[in-house]
Amino acid sequence: MSAYPVLDQKDTRSGFGAGLLELGRDNPNVVALCADLTGSLKMDGFQKAYPDRFIQVGIAEANMMGIAAGLTIGGKIPFTGTFANFSTGRVYDQVRQSIAYAGKNVKICASHAGLTLGEDGATHQILEDIGLMRMLPGMTVIVPADYNQTRLATIAIASHDGPCYLRFGRPKWPVFLPNDLPFRIGQAQILQQGNDVTLIACGHLVWHALLAAEELSRAGVKAEVINMHTIKPLDADAVIASASKTGCVVTCEEHNRHGGLGDALAQVLELRMPAPQEFVAVNDTFGESGTPDQLLAKYGLGPSDIVAAAKRAMSRK
Amino acid sequence: MPSSPAVAAPAKPSITELQRIASQVRRDIVRQVHGCQSGHPGGSLGCADFFTALYFAILRHDPERWDMDGHGQDLFFLSNGHISPVWYSVLARSGYFPLEELRTFRRIDSRLQGHPTTHDGLPGVRMASGSLGQGMSVAIGAAWAKRLNGDARLVYSLHGDGELQEGQIWEAAMFAAAKKVDNLISTVDYNGRQIDGDVDQVLPLGDLKAKWLAFGWDVLETNGNDFAALLDTMTDAKARTGKGKPVMVLMHTEMGQGVDFMMNSHAWHGIAPNDAQLASALSQLEQTLGDY
Repeated sequence: MSAYPVLDQKDTRSGFGAGLLELGRDNPNVVALCADLTGSLKMDGFQKAYPDRFIQVGIAEANMMGIAAGLTIGGKIPFTGTFANFSTGRVYDQVRQSIAYAGKNVKICASHAGLTLGEDGATHQILEDIGLMRMLPGMTVIVPADYNQTRLATIAIASHDGPCYLRFGRPKWPVFLPNDLPFRIGQAQILQQGNDVTLIACGHLVWHALLAAEELSRAGVKAEVINMHTIKPLDADAVIASASKTGCVVTCEEHNRHGGLGDALAQVLELRMPAPQEFVAVNDTFGESGTPDQLLAKYGLGPSDIVAAAKRAMSRK
Repeated sequence: MPSSPAVAAPAKPSITELQRIASQVRRDIVRQVHGCQSGHPGGSLGCADFFTALYFAILRHDPERWDMDGHGQDLFFLSNGHISPVWYSVLARSGYFPLEELRTFRRIDSRLQGHPTTHDGLPGVRMASGSLGQGMSVAIGAAWAKRLNGDARLVYSLHGDGELQEGQIWEAAMFAAAKKVDNLISTVDYNGRQIDGDVDQVLPLGDLKAKWLAFGWDVLETNGNDFAALLDTMTDAKARTGKGKPVMVLMHTEMGQGVDFMMNSHAWHGIAPNDAQLASALSQLEQTLGDY
């Protein structure tokens, strides 16, 4: 991929850790909380540099969410860190009442999302979290594509007044976006122009969408690739502009096909410009143990799956 | 950090004055719940003396300078949000919002939601509560922020005894003691009753004082329906802050206190009086400050 050479291989959670450390330096109101996963979340840099603003909560995620909500009363900007499963499903009522309904400026930062958590298996591989969080009124939901974007997104949410859910992952993954590519919440990025099909992806699958577009181009298909890093608020105008040009859409996400990016897009298309849509997502099932690559292949989230979905979508135009 | 002028200590009303306020607060409670035929009078009545003492004799707060952050002021969090009628009454009567707004309790387009919320900008309320077990964590967070901000004022919270069956309370209890959150005074409405019956029948709490002591708290007990005892205990509680431990006050109260037919039972936890019952209740409660 000439337009997006692989700059490095890094985990997106390390992008979060780097961004958080920079925030610690630049914003004295930023406070970080962790529920016994400091190393996994790459929060140890912040912990070491700003021990007075780091709170080790222990394995008590519900308490962590409540404390974070309370910290905002007094002007703090709390960043909570734990796995995506424990950031959402385990604490849904706390997030709903004490953070979302109460309108508190808490940044819920969630690592090890999706299948690419790998060997720990389905108990930890949450595939429902985007849906859970985007259903909450007022919640901003962001799923950055690589290390560089996760770092920039972490910094960006500190300046956004309101609750945010930032979802990232565990595995080393291609770094392909420039480290100075402006990140604006709610503004999709068109990574590649095309006229035949629109591939709209978030998180790790943005890279797979670029690989799929490359394969499609060899078959003479010009795919437009959109990085929809913000699931909520969704950049509906970017979707409509692209779909009106290409006439069909494939959504790609490391999430259950219910409730995630695909669902959000389908609503936009249905209301504003009905067009064929194919879903590359986990087909309403739980994951299992395995390596990230094995799991992405087995559950239909590989580049070849996106290529096949693109062909199906084009055939329905 | 914003620097706020210190809020003066509250005037010290006499016990007689506090009793007069509490009588009016109890009238407000039963009238609110009767007005919309919905709400929780039992726990509200039982806590009327505590709320009156808190807002008129204990808290350092200034309704005129209300804002969300509350720098330089004491903060209060109601964790058992269903006893909103008593909170709304003392908030209105201490000047946070117009008294007439009590008429809107639990009605459409009101800021006085069934359970308290920040959603509609009601002055005096800093957190949504209702789903139980969450308020102690929030109070700890607010207390921690005060510490980071160099704000010497205190944070208070109230919890139901039935609410202590929620696991998050004990996560918070463990945390507060372990991290020496000593600018926090939590209180429990220890009335021994919950929706389904007596706490001892639903799920006994065991030796509650021993539990809090074992978790590392400084624990006081008092009669939550006796102003002299309540004021003494809360003064003692304040004196115990800043010494490395969070402070717990277990307040023995009577659900429905002040209205004879609502006492000695869990039955009035969450039901509204009819017209005759309202009249009976009001006949037992002197109108001292004027009904809304």
